[in-house]
Amino acid sequence: MTLAFTDALERITRIRGVRGAMLVAGEDGLVVAESLMEGVRGNAVAALAASLAKRLRKASEAAGGGVPRFLHLQAHGGTILAVPAPDGVLVVAVGDRDVNIGLLRLEMRRVAEAVV
Amino acid sequence: MNLTRAVEPWTVEPLERFVRESQARLTLLMTPAGQVLAQHGFTRAVDVMSAAALGAAIMSSSREIAKMLSDASFQSLNHQGAQHGVFLGGFELPRGRMLLLAVYGGDSSVGLVQLFFEELVRELLEASPEPTAKKLVLAKDFERELNESLAALFGR
Repeated sequence: MTLAFTDALERITRIRGVRGAMLVAGEDGLVVAESLMEGVRGNAVAALAASLAKRLRKASEAAGGGVPRFLHLQAHGGTILAVPAPDGVLVVAVGDRDVNIGLLRLEMRRVAEAVV
Repeated sequence: MNLTRAVEPWTVEPLERFVRESQARLTLLMTPAGQVLAQHGFTRAVDVMSAAALGAAIMSSSREIAKMLSDASFQSLNHQGAQHGVFLGGFELPRGRMLLLAVYGGDSSVGLVQLFFEELVRELLEASPEPTAKKLVLAKDFERELNESLAALFGR
């Protein structure tokens, strides 16, 4: 199972500019599987991304938008993306500022469907 | 309203930051014997005493289980309920071993609590004063010291 997760994450980390990808337990904010470059604090990104996703879900539902399908946080030094998968798992990717968002989003959604 | 109270003032700032970042609802910083150094969120002395005694007992039991498994000690424990979770973490300071008990709800997570627990330990290590020589606890001082501690923990 872990190997399957690792293979799935490698589909994301193969994309140029991606610094890491993780599967995160959405409710707990804990890392399920990770493939990260050195310097990316997996447990911190997992806990904070899960917290962010939980809050954005509440905001989206309050605004009548339903459950978010894709979260994209663009920061000065990079970008964080998250795609909620079924079973409460969150696919999270950390990338450089100039990463190909379209391609990354496509792969993350494929992974989200594959990890069920 | 500030809900953080401490017998040891140097613990206040790190504990307040931990509570703010992790969004823990109730927090106790104590010794393995259950002596409370600081608390956040509790409003009744009896609740603090019960939580401290039970938290210390859980950690003590788990330490014995760890010994049976030839492990030195478990670093942390998490009890997950339907609406609340209880996190118990142990760490070393120059003055000895300490425990943190944190109760969190659905607006937080075990991941967040663990993450900011690590930062709390770092900050407490920086803020912790050098250990002083232990003084004898005399029966005539005990009640007064206990009352002073409770007054500090509840701002009375």
